[in-house]
Amino acid sequence: MKDYAHIGRSVLRREGRAKLTGAALFTDDLKIEGLLYGATVRSREPRGRIKGIHFEEGFPWEEFIIVTARDIPGKNVVAHLQQDQPCLADGVINHAEEAIVLLAHPDPLRVQDARARVRVDVEPLPTVLSIEESLACDPVIWGQDNVFKTILITKGDPDGARVKGHFQLEATYRTGAQEQLYIEPNAMIGEATAEGVLVRGSMQCPYYVHHALHEMFHLPLEKIRVVQVETGGGFGGKEDYPSMLACHVALLSWKAGGRPVKIAYDREEDMACTTKRHPSRTRIRSAFGADGTLLALDVELILDGGAYMTLSPVVLSRAAIHASGPYRCSNLRVHAQALATNTPPHGAFRGFGAPQSLFAIERHMDEAAQHLGLDPAELRRRNLLHTGDAMATGQIMRDEVDLVALMDRALTEIRYAEKRASYPTLNAGDDPVKRGVGFSVFMHGGGFTGSAESTLNSVVALEGTAGGRVRVLAASTEMGQGANTVFTQVAAEALQAPVDLIEVVPPDTALVPNSGPTVASRTTQVVGKLVLDAGLAMRKTLLEAGLLADGDVAAAIRTYVARHGALRTESRYQKPDFVEWDDATYRGDAYATYAWACYAADLRVDLVTYETQVADFVAVQEVGRVLNPTLAAGQIEGGVAQGIGWGLNEEVIWRQGSMANHQMSNYLMATAADLPRIRVFFEERPYAYGPGGAKGLGELPMDGPASALLNGVQHALGLVPRQVPLTPEVLMDLVEGA
Amino acid sequence: MATQKIPLELTVNGEARQALVHPMARLLDVIREDFGLTGTKEGCGEGECGACSVILDGSLVNACLVPAVQAQGSTLRTVEGLAGVDLSPLQEAFLHHGGAQCGFCTPGMLVAGTHLLETDAVQDEAKAREGLSGNLCRCTGYVKIVDALLAAREGRS
Repeated sequence: MKDYAHIGRSVLRREGRAKLTGAALFTDDLKIEGLLYGATVRSREPRGRIKGIHFEEGFPWEEFIIVTARDIPGKNVVAHLQQDQPCLADGVINHAEEAIVLLAHPDPLRVQDARARVRVDVEPLPTVLSIEESLACDPVIWGQDNVFKTILITKGDPDGARVKGHFQLEATYRTGAQEQLYIEPNAMIGEATAEGVLVRGSMQCPYYVHHALHEMFHLPLEKIRVVQVETGGGFGGKEDYPSMLACHVALLSWKAGGRPVKIAYDREEDMACTTKRHPSRTRIRSAFGADGTLLALDVELILDGGAYMTLSPVVLSRAAIHASGPYRCSNLRVHAQALATNTPPHGAFRGFGAPQSLFAIERHMDEAAQHLGLDPAELRRRNLLHTGDAMATGQIMRDEVDLVALMDRALTEIRYAEKRASYPTLNAGDDPVKRGVGFSVFMHGGGFTGSAESTLNSVVALEGTAGGRVRVLAASTEMGQGANTVFTQVAAEALQAPVDLIEVVPPDTALVPNSGPTVASRTTQVVGKLVLDAGLAMRKTLLEAGLLADGDVAAAIRTYVARHGALRTESRYQKPDFVEWDDATYRGDAYATYAWACYAADLRVDLVTYETQVADFVAVQEVGRVLNPTLAAGQIEGGVAQGIGWGLNEEVIWRQGSMANHQMSNYLMATAADLPRIRVFFEERPYAYGPGGAKGLGELPMDGPASALLNGVQHALGLVPRQVPLTPEVLMDLVEGA
Repeated sequence: MATQKIPLELTVNGEARQALVHPMARLLDVIREDFGLTGTKEGCGEGECGACSVILDGSLVNACLVPAVQAQGSTLRTVEGLAGVDLSPLQEAFLHHGGAQCGFCTPGMLVAGTHLLETDAVQDEAKAREGLSGNLCRCTGYVKIVDALLAAREGRS
């Protein structure tokens, strides 16, 4: 591989010192003069008609700013894909925890007290609280049939091929909701008058927030400014919800004549009312030849989207495209639907649909292997994609990747063959702790699906300063994943300059061009490439001006800016030449490239407590060139931990459309003591269209752990678990029912 | 009727500090609002996440669970008190091992880690993991935090 000065090196996190000394300021840390504290009155019922809003008599309401739907100057919507979600419920309630009234007061305790003194009378309406009820259209709660979106992918003759198969298998898999659980709850500060709107806060996508404010206020775009403040984790949970919160604080400020208003959710409110991972139900019907060749796949995938569309169609798209896993299959049907229910809208969470469908196919392969009398590794060996094969959408796999070798490396690291053979003997003894080893093979498409990167039309700018420094201007946010550092490395590489010369400007829509949302594993792969190109353009400008003779980039920039007044280069997204996609037929190159992985787990299942403990975890992946090994490994380790949580312990308990366990004390996230050392290995094959050869990797590690763990449970117990989280309660039922 | 506020005096990061506090105020509120030390974070408000970890008279506590008046006359250390002119060895190890990602749990992790090192409670990786189990991190999967703690114990960064 090419040797670089900065790329491929573990350059220290740029904002690391500030985060280590307590100096980094998050939204709730900002000191603001004249601040009002906001609070939200929400619905308790999952569905109904608002009959009246009552403010307790004798309470000094004149001290408070009070906002209802009637105070909205423009459209009462939180603009996403479709404008079906109101900013404040008006007349009807479609989910529990829906916002109805906003309050603000200079005293944070007073505003919390006041919240309890607002009573909303709601006439309940019949509800839809599960995928089954939504499918039955009893009642219809959204559109004509409760369906947000249907996607159909077909190839060959799945029905004909299924009948001809030597062996057929049908099984249904379920996955639960999952809370993103960023440690910093959502927080936002708004200042709004007709002269202009300024919103600052914790967010992934400043231009999504900008768009939502524009739609709600009907103000010119240039009068709206959105600034991202240091963001304490997102994982998708701060992709669309911040648009709602931004609208709320801005509305309160608008009513308060422009005084700044802050809403910082406490943990309970954040968990109860913000988005979660879509629950899913996937039925797979497959057929295999006598030799284990996968002949046909018929996948029916359903996502529970919650009460409004928000991002469900795009989550569904990724789920559908990843549904056949990393396998060759000539006869295939994927029928995918996102449905409405009366729960808070489900939204983006790392993996974005792919974890759900990959869980199903990777469990299914292990079930099929057992029936076929093949080792799960052998069944995969016979069916994994090879370079040049056609994927589900007809996309020809261009990546030069050897999935069998990737799998074998993970199996060697976990000592699979030895454990696969020895554990059944060990498990036959009296010890109630049974051992199992399992793995999964999977992929994750980098960047937006299909033609959506072209639609986004992202732009990045680089600016030279009079002092000889370089400012990277992009809307892509740092939320812990390392965007600041990676952009710094890429810009420094392009300019052949030291990293200390580079400054990544905190996203502010008044300063930075729209480089698109910080989602979909696109920041390094897609936006990083734009940083590289803008850097190369700046270097070219300096070279052509004859200023780089001695290689001193800082001096060259100083001279150039002194002579010309400014130095700025821009780069706009251009799709790789080969990418062709048809959104109508779902045929073509769904993603320009994929990251590939095999994850393996060695685990212990205690048949007294029904707890499953992960003893060892190996994550092998091919993510193109690794730009920063420390940051990349950190992303994988964190994603695996979230995947283990989704697989084993993180259960959202629903009661009448509300999350009943909306606290950290009863929604169980793994601690350091619950997890093993996650062992991370990279195969590096530079990707021609990524900066320095990099592909996206942020979401990949969420896709594989759950199925690897449950495959290990199948090995340990000989049972076939088909749902996550596999909590002790679920496992007990499974064991006792067997 | 206005609530009678209570004068509070304590030593914070080696400095004598005073505040007039609401009788129900949490130590966390006083640290963040009266003393302006916003490095100490609120992640859950119920003592589960450890983002508000501080060292109070030598004990590691969650500042969200301690009534401020209970800290009367105490000695308090927060994340702002860990570094001198240079970063502390543990902070330096966090920087080099990638122990901080989003940075929101980091102050609590560093305070808890400092306490573990000072009480010699990091004999091995299992002990380190057990010691840090009162602090939740959603970004890292804990590997790099544990590595930083072990490195700091051995005097490496």
